[in-house]
Amino acid sequence: MRKTALDCVYKLAKLDERVVFVGSDLGPGVLDKMKTEFPQRFFMEGVSEQYIVGMAAGLAMEGFVPYVNTIATFLTRRCYEQVAVDLCIHDLPVRLIANGGGGVYAPLGPTHLAIEDIAIMRALPNMAVVAPCDADEMNRLMMSTLEWPHPIYIRLGKGGDKIVSEEKNGFELGKSILMRSGTDGMFVTTGVMTQLALETSDLLKRDGVDVGVVHMHTIKPFDAAGVISAIENVKAVVTVEEHIINGGLGSALLETCSDLRPELLPKIARVGIPDKFATEYGSQNSLLKHWGITSDTLVGAMMKKIRG
Amino acid sequence: MQMDDRSKLLRRYVIDAMRGGGRGHLGSSMSMIEILRVLYDSVLKYDPKHPESTDRDRFVLSKGHGCLALYAILADKGFFPISELESFCRPTSRLGGHPERGKVPGVEASTGALGHGVPIAVGLALAMRLQKRNSRVFVLTGDGEINEGSNWEAGMAASKHKLSNLTVMVDYNKLQSYGKTSEVLDLEPLVDKFKSFGFVTHEVDGHDVAALEAILKKLPFSNNAPSAIICHTIKGKGFPFAEGNPEWHHKSGMTETDIQQMYDCL
Repeated sequence: MRKTALDCVYKLAKLDERVVFVGSDLGPGVLDKMKTEFPQRFFMEGVSEQYIVGMAAGLAMEGFVPYVNTIATFLTRRCYEQVAVDLCIHDLPVRLIANGGGGVYAPLGPTHLAIEDIAIMRALPNMAVVAPCDADEMNRLMMSTLEWPHPIYIRLGKGGDKIVSEEKNGFELGKSILMRSGTDGMFVTTGVMTQLALETSDLLKRDGVDVGVVHMHTIKPFDAAGVISAIENVKAVVTVEEHIINGGLGSALLETCSDLRPELLPKIARVGIPDKFATEYGSQNSLLKHWGITSDTLVGAMMKKIRG
Repeated sequence: MQMDDRSKLLRRYVIDAMRGGGRGHLGSSMSMIEILRVLYDSVLKYDPKHPESTDRDRFVLSKGHGCLALYAILADKGFFPISELESFCRPTSRLGGHPERGKVPGVEASTGALGHGVPIAVGLALAMRLQKRNSRVFVLTGDGEINEGSNWEAGMAASKHKLSNLTVMVDYNKLQSYGKTSEVLDLEPLVDKFKSFGFVTHEVDGHDVAALEAILKKLPFSNNAPSAIICHTIKGKGFPFAEGNPEWHHKSGMTETDIQQMYDCL
């Protein structure tokens, strides 16, 4: 997913001379092609995220479209004021490509785990927040970012994830995708959790329970109409996110329903990361298990709601 | 140093705004009046009727709390009516307690949170270079402001990119909100610091109009490095009761007597 995102930056740079790339201190060889072909528009600026975001803002003020890339925690926690002031108050078209959303960097511990990034990014006016489910969707997303006039936070999964998105569904920022319809229940998901939800939907189908999946690749702006249409006629709804339970996708859905359709609230349950920093290392999968984000949990949460 | 009529007029405009808003960063604004005066009178290229013209020089006020001085010079130059100064901080005014891009003609960046101007200015200077423009970029920081590490991150980058079109000016009035910069978080040796970050650096009396003109005429100090000018100033310059007095860093709830006391100094 990350490779796809960066390949897209190069493609976009070839298409449009407003595109510039800004990295912090990424791995050797990152975007070498772009560096060779467009050295003036390739910046590797060191471990200095506060400066990098401000510098990207300055470039954007003069008409450039900067794509900024580093690890998600450093692009959110480290320079939150710069993101808020330099990008969001000025409402500039800077794209933040955030490596390692959720538990991707499991072995590296809580300093590297972006567990609350969606919550704090979506709290900022003007910021769009997206989390594609696989590399194909990342490609569609990236190629659609050129003309969006506001800042975008792009949350990356691990990479090598199974491809579940479909070309025919396209990609429109702010529009949910009904990946699978269902009559009994609906998983509302984002990022690579859409894959877990689809797998779980298959398991439930074997037991005769018909559960659909609506994929919210964009958490902000939140597609209220799309998601309400997907959930209003089912018995149970479970939100699934590789993100802390407070402030992310589940919260966004509860807020939306509270404002627009409060009668839907009782049938919604949330699955996500508990409200604490990770205490284990291991792998992304072992952390997901530790956090209770598994097919079993999803089945349990869904069946509990369906049975009322 | 004696203030001439022009320096007094610009200070009067600041007081007009403070009278309207009943508040303001007096000390922080008065230390930078001459710096802005010389920049806008003799150095910067701009057109008040077309504040967004692409070939303008960019001036970023990083110490946004000094906006009263910026508003004064922008009004004086015709970016907006002088009469508007009195609307300072009123609910629907364009002129807030910190300057905002898109609201106030001539304001390049919304600042107020400290340590943002230099990184943005580096981005602007890189943009000028990429677009092959001759426009120069100036940024004015406070002294307490450069406690923020982001300035030094950006300083390293300005040097790495050899941004000869960038000039960082420091309003070094030696006082921050709590007290003396030498006691809160000492900046010395400040000139050496900037030099070691790759800036060709000069010092100047920040209230000496002729000296400011002379040093700014020498820009760029180098064709392959950014420039820095440490401007030695007096906080609250022109107002004996406020000069060097941290109590006048910011004032709110100002009375007519306070305002009259300020006018009387001019």
